[in-house]
Amino acid sequence: MSAVGDAVVYLNDPFNWTRPDGILDLLVEHLAISAAAVLLAAVLAIPAGVLLGRSGRGGGAIVVLSNVSRAVPTLALLTVFAVTPIGFSDTATVLALAVFAVPPMLTNTSVGFREVDRDVVEAARAMGMSRGQLLTRVETPLALPLVMTGIRTAAVQVVATATLAALVGGGGLGRIINLGFGQQDLGQILAGAVVVAALALLTELVLVLVSWALTPGPRRLPFRPARRGPAAEPEPTAAGVPL
Amino acid sequence: MTRALAADEAPNPWFSPSYVSDNWHTIVGYLGQHVRLTVGAVLLGTLIALPLALLARRTRLLSGPVLGLSSVVYTIPSLAMFSFLAPVTGPLSATTVLVGLTLYTLVILVRNFLAGLQGVPADVREAARGMGYGPARLFWQVDLPLALPAFMAGLRIATVSTVALVTVGVITGNGGLGQLIVGGFNANFYRAEIVTGALGCVLLALVADVLLAGVERLLTPWTRAVRA
Repeated sequence: MSAVGDAVVYLNDPFNWTRPDGILDLLVEHLAISAAAVLLAAVLAIPAGVLLGRSGRGGGAIVVLSNVSRAVPTLALLTVFAVTPIGFSDTATVLALAVFAVPPMLTNTSVGFREVDRDVVEAARAMGMSRGQLLTRVETPLALPLVMTGIRTAAVQVVATATLAALVGGGGLGRIINLGFGQQDLGQILAGAVVVAALALLTELVLVLVSWALTPGPRRLPFRPARRGPAAEPEPTAAGVPL
Repeated sequence: MTRALAADEAPNPWFSPSYVSDNWHTIVGYLGQHVRLTVGAVLLGTLIALPLALLARRTRLLSGPVLGLSSVVYTIPSLAMFSFLAPVTGPLSATTVLVGLTLYTLVILVRNFLAGLQGVPADVREAARGMGYGPARLFWQVDLPLALPAFMAGLRIATVSTVALVTVGVITGNGGLGQLIVGGFNANFYRAEIVTGALGCVLLALVADVLLAGVERLLTPWTRAVRA
């Protein structure tokens, strides 16, 4: 397969990495766009999720929101934002990606806080904890695994879908693939795919480790070997969809 | 504000009925491709996922790797997926899109099929076997009806997300309504074309979901009897 050989040659050429707009430049841009989108979405979705989860309200609305967001193609929103007065720039990309990062974070955060054992909360209150203490010392640690799942799902999704920005003139690693298709250069297409897929898998891996390190109490090893019982539970998260 | 692009002065409405009527044949053509790719991917995915789920149910030895592999496939961005397939199936061919989409539906369907099959109570299967049901009859008359809600839930998720994903096929020139989205973008940011493509995708997903919900209702009359 000459395409594989070409891809190896492309990835082995240091110039392809270090030149202006090379892989490293695009990687930095890709990560900056992704981080901004995830942060923006987290600032909005996590407090909202905490409020909704603690009050136990809005469950139905969140389900509708996540179902609707599944039906809207990311490419459509990226394009629509680019033709609004925002203009096509990294700002439009960040906003579009943030919109899709909200549902998984909102769903998981609110479910996490709603599912905190009421007896534990009751006991903590009986011990004289204030509402603030309850939130920081009881509810947050117990909800943290699901909150982290939401952040991880959203982050992986954002890193993956940020590649689509290249289809409508945006930046990021998708440009390698887009350029490859434009030139019918199979080697470059394959090289871009390897970089993009590796970045997505690496993001997932890093965030699994981070949430493992952050989770208090008896730790389950990453990659969830535990939770036997109904195995193969379909994804409970909103973004149980390909990217 | 000294930008002097022609695009800024020309009228550029968000939606234009005359665009839709003038380009009706093009739109319907892309819509047809969108539907064909979606139906093809979901059908192929179902045909492959069902035997896989049946196999994986037999032993944890198989269900572990099947689920593990499927979450890896999940994480691969769609654009990268099409790129991996391009050297094999051709960078400008609809097959690339079809195979990529099938892989994604496969992942969703295997998970849901397996969950549905594992949800069938073991004593019910035991009783059926005791009554002399063979493997085929056990599947058709016991497993399938009991697992049907989970199956249909999987089919609905797979269909709706496939409708959204077809648009990424635009990279190969076979993106269904996604062609309108990117086409409008390339035609000097022609909003009417972009919005027509985007709305078409959302409507198509909605219609597909409602249709599948209807099929589910028809196939599971017993759930309605309980509710009424």
